Amino acid sequence: MASSEEDGSAEDKENNKKKTKRPFVTAWLTVYNIAMTAGWMVLAVAMIRFYIQKGTHKGLYKSISRTLKFFQTFALLEIFHCAFGMVRTSVIVTGVQVCSRIFMVWFVTHSIKQIQNEESVVLFLVAWTVTEITRYSFYTFSLLNHLPYFIKWARYNLFIVLYPVGVAGELLTIYAALPYVRKSGMLSVRLPNKYNVSFDYYICLIIVMLSYIPLFPQLFFHMLRQRRKVLHGEVMVEKED
Amino acid sequence: MKHYEVEILCAKTKDKLCFLDKVDPNSTIGEIKAMFHKSHPQWYPARQSIRLDAKGKSLKDEDILQNLPVGTTATLYFRDLGAQISWVTVFLTEYGGPLLLYLMFYFRVPFIYNTKYDFTTSKHWVVHLACMCHSFHYVKRLLETLFVHRFSHGTMPLRNIFKNCTYYWGFSAWMAYYINHPLYTPPAYGEQQVQLALIIFLFCQIGNFSIHIALRNLRPPGSKARKIPYPTKNPFTWLFLLVSCPNYTYEVGSWVGFTLMTQCLPVAFFTLVGFIQMMIWAKGKHRSYLKEFRDYPRLRSPILPFML
Repeated sequence: MASSEEDGSAEDKENNKKKTKRPFVTAWLTVYNIAMTAGWMVLAVAMIRFYIQKGTHKGLYKSISRTLKFFQTFALLEIFHCAFGMVRTSVIVTGVQVCSRIFMVWFVTHSIKQIQNEESVVLFLVAWTVTEITRYSFYTFSLLNHLPYFIKWARYNLFIVLYPVGVAGELLTIYAALPYVRKSGMLSVRLPNKYNVSFDYYICLIIVMLSYIPLFPQLFFHMLRQRRKVLHGEVMVEKED
Repeated sequence: MKHYEVEILCAKTKDKLCFLDKVDPNSTIGEIKAMFHKSHPQWYPARQSIRLDAKGKSLKDEDILQNLPVGTTATLYFRDLGAQISWVTVFLTEYGGPLLLYLMFYFRVPFIYNTKYDFTTSKHWVVHLACMCHSFHYVKRLLETLFVHRFSHGTMPLRNIFKNCTYYWGFSAWMAYYINHPLYTPPAYGEQQVQLALIIFLFCQIGNFSIHIALRNLRPPGSKARKIPYPTKNPFTWLFLLVSCPNYTYEVGSWVGFTLMTQCLPVAFFTLVGFIQMMIWAKGKHRSYLKEFRDYPRLRSPILPFML
């Protein structure tokens, strides 16, 4: 599951602390988040233009695939941000989220060309695009200390729809890819061989699909809890006034 | 002699859980835990963490009440450590699994490989050797758990047994599947590779055992004393000159030997994962040695001489 949401409230406090102590880190993170916001906006615009011009989703993936691969792969940097303490989020959580995106982009849609025109691809692309634009602009504005309420609202509410939609798109895409993987035997190794190992990509994809069952609810309810903490906290303050 | 009063509060909610009066000032925390257990039978002593401060470190069972920085009315905080299981139970289960599972693959019990191979044996003698080495390794571990190791803690959280068994049982089944597979390919450099691997394996097994004995002898029976380990007359313990945790060094060495012997990628992977985990443990142990002992030998590294 590839929606890369994380706890905003703790991050906000940490970002504020870091701003006063580490100007270079803040500068870099601001540049990074602005660039990523821009990148995903470019993707959004390209997708909308394609659909308006062509009236179909067929060929849409191919037209945006380079931009998608570039910006999604660039997001690997976020693991280093966590590892070097620049961002206060768990390395493992970020790692899992980024890797699941990388997996989807490189090991499914890039490698299995026959499924690139499936509707499910558009489904997760739309979910990812909206999510990432919201997320990166949220980080950007937080770093600049000017967070408009509607961005915060978007970040903590849109996921309720986007997350399940994205997961549905991803699962349907993997499912559609299965027969082609079976037939081509891609990325698979069989016995006998010198290193006495075997790997069946088809089984691997099935295991990946099954792993959504325990993982998706955990991540989703984590976001719900964050939402309650962040938005509910605001309501309390207003009442005191 | 003045008696103490002890009140125990929940560390999270600060609720009063228990009030003990007329407590002997010479009582140990262990005895207080036993008294607390009487009023709250679901929290046996092993799952109690008693602290002076709600967010502080756990007090030891041996700590004596009057030696603690408390007045005659002591306030202690309690945290539930969750269901506990004894270390011995965990070790026996997590090591017994690989021993039995590997043998099941070795004897090719039904439903693993194609039916025509049921109960057959491999034609490669390295496969028999590998089975002997693997089995020896886990029998050694089981015996050490029963007769050699002296554990600092009696128990660990219950969920650890599921985590640990998944790791050991999962990996050993994965390795055993390939080594005992009818389509197994023996090592590329043949006899020489297997012999070298066997020497490395045996050397490290003896080394690992020597370290376990040396560590056991550091600590008299029933004691929980902590001392710096030093090399003994046994040459295998001379590795203490260079590393803090030579038992881990030798353990990695054994698995490197086993990898070389079987030339099996899953084994290499298992060795790598084990090495990473042991390196983390060794670094932690090394750090706590440095913190606890001022005269700790500076030449030592955690797990690999001069390197890590």
